[in-house]
Amino acid sequence: MLNVSRLSKRFGELSIFENFNLMLPQNGFTVLIGPSGCGKSTLFNVLTGVVARDGGEIAWRGRSVSHLREISAYMQQKDLLLPWFSLMDNALLPARVAGADMAQSGAKAVALFKRLGLAGFESYLPGAISGGMKQRCALVRTLMFERDMVLLDEPLSALDAITRRSLQALLLMLQVEFEKSILMITHDIEEALRLADEILVLSGRPMRVLDRFTLNGPKLRRLDDPELIEIKEYVLNLLLYTASK
Amino acid sequence: MKRYSFVSLLVVLILLAVWEAACRGLQVPDFILPAPSRIIKVAVFQAATLLPHAGTTALEVLIGILISLMVAVPLSIAMFSHPSVENALAPFLVASQAVPVFAIAPLLVVWLGYGIASKVLMAAVIIFFPITVNLLEGFKSCDLEYRILFQLMGAGFWKTLRLLYWPWALPQFFAGLKVGVSVATIGAVIGEWVGAQQGLGYLMIQANARLNVDMVFAAILWLSAMGLSLWVFVGFLERKVINWR
Repeated sequence: MLNVSRLSKRFGELSIFENFNLMLPQNGFTVLIGPSGCGKSTLFNVLTGVVARDGGEIAWRGRSVSHLREISAYMQQKDLLLPWFSLMDNALLPARVAGADMAQSGAKAVALFKRLGLAGFESYLPGAISGGMKQRCALVRTLMFERDMVLLDEPLSALDAITRRSLQALLLMLQVEFEKSILMITHDIEEALRLADEILVLSGRPMRVLDRFTLNGPKLRRLDDPELIEIKEYVLNLLLYTASK
Repeated sequence: MKRYSFVSLLVVLILLAVWEAACRGLQVPDFILPAPSRIIKVAVFQAATLLPHAGTTALEVLIGILISLMVAVPLSIAMFSHPSVENALAPFLVASQAVPVFAIAPLLVVWLGYGIASKVLMAAVIIFFPITVNLLEGFKSCDLEYRILFQLMGAGFWKTLRLLYWPWALPQFFAGLKVGVSVATIGAVIGEWVGAQQGLGYLMIQANARLNVDMVFAAILWLSAMGLSLWVFVGFLERKVINWR
């Protein structure tokens, strides 16, 4: 379980967040939604130790940690596949860097390629496949990290609506089948409503949690549920109000 | 044949035709300005004279390229990994290019003698700068998001260099190498002008003293062919190595 308390980050005079608190249950799917530039990606950078925090504490399973680098895998909006490596080599990158047993990792990657509909494309270069396939390959690479937690920073925002819908099911697979704890940033309230166990609505800078919703029921959720429609309208209005301030 | 290649060839043919017509029409003596047909005749039929000199110049250039690569690649890596090294060396690098090679050629001949060593060094001095600068800029141009990805995978500098920075910088490296090999002959020929026993530059000086201007032009033609061949070879190598574009 992740417990972030009183986390603070400033860039000079600019306060990105102060005393920011966050709790992510084990095997939970929490979605952060907020206006552009509010500091969501900075939060991920602080959590992963890419950017140093100014204050606060990060605890994983009750133990205080300096960052989540060894605990989490990070998938971003861009697929970040290396164009000079085949899809398989890209997927095996975390194993290669970690010096893991390549035969074992290769077998795992082959199974994941099959599971995510990439079988037969192992030797393709990223430049030869579609955006959706690239993102699926990035998902395989994320799973190859062998980490308990996955940070997703708008992983589907660059994709068209149909590809996006099919990949949402794969993101859910991370939680259900691979038992990962997921923290995802998105701008898409519908995506959040379909996937999340909990939605945190964030304010502009300095970022804080404006409201939170716990969602129940089987996923992927249908959005014609009156309760979800109500939440969607409320969140959109809240974000509009925040953006206008 | 590609359209631009056809246009280039047409322009060259028109210029040669004008030159030929002017020499014949104005009856310009060969010791002032030989006609292109005369130059080609000398370049082809006196190949036995030109070949050993071209071999020497080619050897100087090739060794110069090898030495410049052996210096430029580690130097770029050192400057990239330690900005303090870049700050310390940058003034000297710029100074090495600000001083005309003509100025240091006599000194190198005094220090290294009339053999090929002084010419090799002249060629290397000219070539290493564009390779170093381009490679360094190539390393620096690597996207921050990719650097973060490798940081999160726990990759050290050398692993990141091998898997990310080096392939990332390859297009700029080849751009620098192309510039370098195109001008490599300048260094060698200047060295041969100042003092040599063999080489196309030496042959040009000898022929010029005897008013064999057609031989001077034939040597220039061979030098151009040498530079062009190197450029084409590097381009071929570039396409083979950077196969993902």
